[in-house]
Amino acid sequence: MKRLEYDVVILGGGAAGMGAIRGALSQNASVLLVEREASTGGVLNQCIHNGFGVRVFKKELTGPEYHEMYLEKLKGFDAMYEATVLDIDSESRLLKVISASGIYKIRYGALVLATGARERPFEALRVPGSRPSGIFTAGLAQHFVNLENRLPGRKAIVIGSGDIGLIMARRLTLEGVEVEGVYEIMPYQGGLTRNVVQCLKDFNIPLHLSTSVVKVHGKERLEGVTVAKFIDGNPVSGTERFIGCDTLIASVGLIPENDLVDKEIEISSSGGAVVDDLMRTSVDNIFAAGNNVCIHDLVDFVTVEGEGAGQNAARVAKKEKMPKRVGIFKKGKGIRVISIHYTTATIPFKMYVRVDHPMDMAILRINDTNLKTVLNAKPSEMIEFTLDPTKYNLKGEIELSAVEAKR
Amino acid sequence: MSEKTIEMTCVVCPIGCNLKVTMDGNGKFLSVTGNKCLKGAIYAKEEVTEPKRILPTNIKVVGGELPLVSVRTEKPIPKKLLFEAMEVIRTFKVKAPVKRGQILIKNLLGTGVNVIATRTVKMDKGT
Amino acid sequence: MKIAIIGAGIIGSLIAREFTKYKVEVEIFEKLPDVGWGVTKANSGILHAGYDDEPNTLRAKYCSRGNEMYTELSEELNFKIKRTGSLVAAFNDKEVKILEELLKRGKINGVKDLRILSRLSALEIEPNLSREIVAALYSPNAGVLAPWEVAQAAVENALNNGAKIHLSTKVESIFEEGEKYRLRTSKGIFLFDVVVNAAGLWADELAESAGVKVTPLHPRRGQYILLDQPNVVRTVLFPTPSRAGKGILVLPTIHNTTLLGPTSEDLLPIEKEVTETTAEGLSKVVKKAKKLVPLINLSKTLRTFAGLRPENDIKDFVIKRESNMIHIVATRSPGLTAAPAIAGDIVGEIVEKLNLQKKDDFHPIRKAIPKIVDMSDEEKEKLISQNPSYGKVICRCNKVTEGEIVEAIRHGARTLDGVKFRTTAMFGRCQGSFCMVKIMNIMRREIGENFEEIVKNFPNSHIVDGVVR
Repeated sequence: MKRLEYDVVILGGGAAGMGAIRGALSQNASVLLVEREASTGGVLNQCIHNGFGVRVFKKELTGPEYHEMYLEKLKGFDAMYEATVLDIDSESRLLKVISASGIYKIRYGALVLATGARERPFEALRVPGSRPSGIFTAGLAQHFVNLENRLPGRKAIVIGSGDIGLIMARRLTLEGVEVEGVYEIMPYQGGLTRNVVQCLKDFNIPLHLSTSVVKVHGKERLEGVTVAKFIDGNPVSGTERFIGCDTLIASVGLIPENDLVDKEIEISSSGGAVVDDLMRTSVDNIFAAGNNVCIHDLVDFVTVEGEGAGQNAARVAKKEKMPKRVGIFKKGKGIRVISIHYTTATIPFKMYVRVDHPMDMAILRINDTNLKTVLNAKPSEMIEFTLDPTKYNLKGEIELSAVEAKR
Repeated sequence: MSEKTIEMTCVVCPIGCNLKVTMDGNGKFLSVTGNKCLKGAIYAKEEVTEPKRILPTNIKVVGGELPLVSVRTEKPIPKKLLFEAMEVIRTFKVKAPVKRGQILIKNLLGTGVNVIATRTVKMDKGT
Repeated sequence: MKIAIIGAGIIGSLIAREFTKYKVEVEIFEKLPDVGWGVTKANSGILHAGYDDEPNTLRAKYCSRGNEMYTELSEELNFKIKRTGSLVAAFNDKEVKILEELLKRGKINGVKDLRILSRLSALEIEPNLSREIVAALYSPNAGVLAPWEVAQAAVENALNNGAKIHLSTKVESIFEEGEKYRLRTSKGIFLFDVVVNAAGLWADELAESAGVKVTPLHPRRGQYILLDQPNVVRTVLFPTPSRAGKGILVLPTIHNTTLLGPTSEDLLPIEKEVTETTAEGLSKVVKKAKKLVPLINLSKTLRTFAGLRPENDIKDFVIKRESNMIHIVATRSPGLTAAPAIAGDIVGEIVEKLNLQKKDDFHPIRKAIPKIVDMSDEEKEKLISQNPSYGKVICRCNKVTEGEIVEAIRHGARTLDGVKFRTTAMFGRCQGSFCMVKIMNIMRREIGENFEEIVKNFPNSHIVDGVVR
């Protein structure tokens, strides 16, 4: 058993983890990255599409560019690649890590969780029928196409209209795979409008709202699906239609990855790590940032969150006295997701929220005060704002709500 | 002739501003509102005259640690050329190592836009 | 002396292994590409205690004996069993009467340690059981296992002791030819002295082809939901049985997930491959399982599946002997529990009849694929220092390492499901979306197959279709 000790240990080297490395290094902390894969970058490596970097680099980049350019900023950290955390003991501040060079016990001053999210697999939807090959999560299909140089099939349908699903609809179309359509069980899209425009409309791929799969066909390889209209999550009988296809791409939701820590720290109802405005979890020396906190639309926001988490983790590791939580955010009417659950009310901080249904015009409110007006608010598009403790009373219980208004 | 207003979502960046574009009766661009930056205004004008897109895809790598290198057009190219551009890109091969930003195809389809690598691909250690 | 075993399900596998203790040549025929992929793969995986079966049935004869045999068998063949115990929950006085009936039956069948618990004692054993129960029948001897692991282990051990296996080889018919039997298969004709038909759902048709009349089989479909909700129950939980069968259960699997099901749908005899799930079936599973355990969280669904059990009208196993040919038909529940006892008896019979001699060099122990996640830190360190690939985690959900996947391939896995059912990689909450590519790359390296040739399970279940560039 090998023993190591670092000020800040970061779990996961994707966008949030790289941000955390930078944040911790800026405070002169000793930093160790523990990464499952053979390199940093996480899912950025397979996201070859553009749309990254608008905030952090002030230009539009692809995922691989964003990864490499950000990595170039990082100097002087240690990393274990192809290493997996088996266990966290927050009492003794010890991680148990397995890698090809053996078992490690690593003591941390502070820990940053940057484990990202995983895709909900199609199997979890309990769709009746058979269980053939040819069913992929959008991310798996993306991995096959962009990193392994392999096509998943010849005729595909996309289930769910999350961003990766929309991006894969375009990617497959450009590579000559027929994409029959995108099917979304909700009455509104799951991904960004930008992606509906440039991934579907540009290529005349139909988006069928309130429609999803009710049966899978094919014993060995997928042979087709039956789709039907859905109202309130239930199929409408008589609306069934068979679609022949050999490939099903599922983009049916991302789940914050907290399985390693869900016994250690407070987890929100949506599965994310509950954090305060310092990105601190319910354990004082464990921080979290990125999609394991809440699912973000923009990688740039994830990076910024990671940088904050890394900085504050370094301060904790160096025994700096950190402010206490004084305010707690509650989801009020019209709000489905909030990124930050507690505040120390010490410095201005970013808050991201999602509305719970599409609103022509949404007025965001903090307690009884109007914060911001958002046109065309959609659950798929995160709303970003800054909360300044000198402007708002951020003590005690703070309710964030979204009121629908007519333009 | 009367003016016409259309609504669109800006796709220049993931913020996705809601734009209102006003055109004259001949479809000629007049003005835009709702954009948060100048790029949005340029996009709106282009979108009603000649829509353009960045094309991200891959090119085959020979002797690399990866079979493909991710690439994109340096600037947006006319939307109507996307498939034609794919046909050209498909035929290209590049020898490892590849550096990020390296120009792999010059002046794609006479658009004046280059295709650049968006990542580094080292040589395969085995070869 | 040449012996053919038709079917590498749990019964055929254990019979084959049992025969390799003697000086005979054993050949196994399996129509599917891997062992344990028929009836064996998709059932509840329960070691029944044996109180459920009417006395004087073959089920009663073999169930509790088979249950006891599993302890030694699991030690020799190195597969996991967990003696979780079982509870049959009664929700009213009428159901309590049935529990008393089962208790009586259990005693006649020789089931040990069976008792009826009060509501409170039952809830103490099983805190998440519905508060609405009034009593429960408790058996500490019931347990769970992964049935396919038994078939894999038994076949591996049989092969190690000299048996041969013909995978993807369908036996179409059996003909008596003088003293011998001629098997017509999809891969040619073979001659044997002894034939054991353990062909599961097709055992009736195969017996028929040999001119042996047995009660015909029809498939009884069981639909299941597998949940990634560990420790929600500790024991195998049954509702009180009815004429329709044992009902829909909630149980902890050997892999620390929770299984709900099965339905009991009688299909037509021609529907022996209809393993589709249905909306009605799955919603029935949900409803009944929630009645037993209200805490069940469906958002933790891993997947659904359905299996078929070979059922006949007399609801009992049928074992037909015809000179040196034995047909084992309708090994429906508790066929899995009964399997070692059936195998022991059948092989014993033939041994006596043909005066077969024991081999001196039979090796009873099968080495399992190492399981890193179950090892102590010292054991992990030791294994990794010998072979670093045991330190590379490939399946993040179940912490399966590269070393285990390579070993699974050496143990016979040739498909993704072959790896999955030997290592539990791709069995977890991501259902392979993170690790499938890595596993395919390991298979490509170890077997020398191209990506395009790698299949999920059956020959046409390829994963990818050509290159992008």
